[in-house]
Amino acid sequence: MLKKSGAIIILAIMMIISACASNKGNNAESSAPATSESPSATVSESPSPSSSETPSPSPSESPSPSKEAVTIKLMMYTANGQEQTLKGIVDAFQAVNSDVTVDYEVVPYADYDTKLNTLLASGSEPDLFEVGYENFRTYASKDLLLDLNPTITADTLFKPEIYKKLAYDAFNYNGKQMGVTHSFSDVVLFYNKDLFDAKGLKYPDASWTWKEELEAAKQLTDAKNGVWGTYAPIQFYEFYKTIVQNGGGVFDSEGKPTVNSPANVEALQWMIDKASKYKVSPALNDDTFNQPDADLNAFKEGKLAMARFGIWNFNGFKEAPFKWDIALEPGQTQKAHHFFADGLVASKNTKNAEAAWRFMKFISSDPAAVSLRITAGWSVPAVADEAVMDAYYKQTPPDSKKIVSEALDSLVLPPVGPKPEKWNELKTAVSDELDKAKLGKSTPQKALDAAQKKVEELLSK
Amino acid sequence: MVGQRKWNRRIAALVFLLPALIGLLAFQLVPMVSSVVISFSDWDLLSKWTQIHFIGWDNYAEVFKDEKSYTSIKNVFLFLIGYMPLITILGTLFAVLLNRNIRGIKFYRAAVFIPVITSWVAVSIVWRWLLNGQSGLINYLLFKLGIHGPIWLQDDHWALVAIIAVTIWKDIGFVSIILLAGLQDISEDYYEAADLDGASAWSKLWRITVPLLSPTLFFIVTISLINSFQLFDQVLIMTNGGPAGATSTIVEQVYKNAFQFNKMGFAAAQSWVLFLIIFTVTMIMQKLQRRWVVYER
Repeated sequence: MLKKSGAIIILAIMMIISACASNKGNNAESSAPATSESPSATVSESPSPSSSETPSPSPSESPSPSKEAVTIKLMMYTANGQEQTLKGIVDAFQAVNSDVTVDYEVVPYADYDTKLNTLLASGSEPDLFEVGYENFRTYASKDLLLDLNPTITADTLFKPEIYKKLAYDAFNYNGKQMGVTHSFSDVVLFYNKDLFDAKGLKYPDASWTWKEELEAAKQLTDAKNGVWGTYAPIQFYEFYKTIVQNGGGVFDSEGKPTVNSPANVEALQWMIDKASKYKVSPALNDDTFNQPDADLNAFKEGKLAMARFGIWNFNGFKEAPFKWDIALEPGQTQKAHHFFADGLVASKNTKNAEAAWRFMKFISSDPAAVSLRITAGWSVPAVADEAVMDAYYKQTPPDSKKIVSEALDSLVLPPVGPKPEKWNELKTAVSDELDKAKLGKSTPQKALDAAQKKVEELLSK
Repeated sequence: MVGQRKWNRRIAALVFLLPALIGLLAFQLVPMVSSVVISFSDWDLLSKWTQIHFIGWDNYAEVFKDEKSYTSIKNVFLFLIGYMPLITILGTLFAVLLNRNIRGIKFYRAAVFIPVITSWVAVSIVWRWLLNGQSGLINYLLFKLGIHGPIWLQDDHWALVAIIAVTIWKDIGFVSIILLAGLQDISEDYYEAADLDGASAWSKLWRITVPLLSPTLFFIVTISLINSFQLFDQVLIMTNGGPAGATSTIVEQVYKNAFQFNKMGFAAAQSWVLFLIIFTVTMIMQKLQRRWVVYER
């Protein structure tokens, strides 16, 4: 029995040990299914790897001075499904930086945080690793990341203007540049043109509010044939964006929680009403729609007229047997769009800061790397150069690809709040209450009152 | 010189035991002792050793204040109430059925045992699919019978029932095979003697089978008790503790606090509270066994 109770700790130690024995490319099987933790349109639906032509080493890269050969370790999650592209980028980098070997590992998103945390706890983290904006704040606040300012100052050729300012600044923590956004993604409204045409309806445009969305959705819904007008999941990520579309927010400008503000309650009511009152979305207890990727599959099958999806799904819809496009999301009082920035950061303990910095620059801005990514459809590079972006826009479908950039004018960052290290707990606390509202066990008002109380408690500790 | 030989033998014994001892130390004793230490600290997995503070009994106090801890303990007891009587009764029934000389008995025994050796992960995923409220096979069959089945795993009343049912389905093979061994240990003589005395089937079951099977039953009850308290895999995969905490369990809470919220100290304290609960309940069982367990010899 003694043995049994210690089981979880034994598990912990075993994980640390197995993580130490870093096994390259063990990404084949991710055992646990995607849980509700992952962002609305789950990251798991990554575009399938496409052409992987060998890149020509770019001549623009300054030849590296002959130095001692070093190996830097790299760990990423967005490359899951894009291993060939990453390999191409690494090869191109090594071709012009002959003194550096990049030893990379791709870990699926579902297991990534646990693995990274364990590696960090045991002090065996890779030199370079990928983090999203919300986790970046946590790691930075724990003083685990390398301050790049000295390296950047020493690199006289480097100009931060090559990046989109917004994306570059996302990895600035209290004045210290601690990483570089290599790509960003956002969430926009996808719509099935054929379904709109069949009803003779106007396509969604930037002027739409929830009202226009509902009007169109009512006409597009064909419950008998399982066609739904519009869909958005009821979970935390969708919630924090939708409330901003109604003028609300999780925190006020001073960082005080405002989870149960009237605007938020109204927004949650709207999210629920779409299914339960207006019946333009699948029933809230529809088991099929609660499975991972069910919404993506429904769209692919032409069963969803409008849906909010991440732009990383473009490739997945390439083969769809109908015409589709994207538009800005309808907002109620204002526009609001998700913004996810994925960046590379360096470990504070790395011995190869300079080499790490060179790779960070390369993967995020070098023309060879960027064009490889665009060809393969691996998110959107965060470079400021419009010529590069033009190449991205030209890849269709969707025709209105510029929307991807336009959505950034009204972006919402994950509401990390004043205590970044509590992010996961905050997320779970609010999610639990959203679940209750979704199941009809609680009204939106009561659910958000309870969530507000929990968040206040969390932050007071 | 005799002493020398004795020492040699001891060293030889130690060498042979070493592989097991190293495993025991590295994977059980050291982690257990560390978990005691961690449970009194505010370690968050990411802090360096120098940044860790010892905060006395705070984590333990927090466990008893934590609403989710209570929910999870309540759920585990609800699970126990459903699971234990059913698995014992059904297990005995299966054991009796399998304890016969009919054609293909070996096949039946193997068939009952197959779920036991299947991985929980695979089983959970398949059951999640079978239990799907709209397109699952279970509800389809219920519909054919004229019953409108619930949305099992999305319904806060039915989710735990579904977990209990699936766990029984998976464990029944193990329980019945153990009980079958117990049954086969009972000598035929007793039954022959009872037949001569004209005993009914009922009194044979109640006065011979059950008392002589009681040591095995006691073992089954203890094992399923401990398993119930450690309910985790199937919950994590089938419902992830949901909907709205309706299937949250103690180990699931330990896991989430440790690896999702990075509250290592709190999670360690929780796991020691779990240990105390299991320890207490098992001790009570030990005391009670004198009342009903009969040892033949």
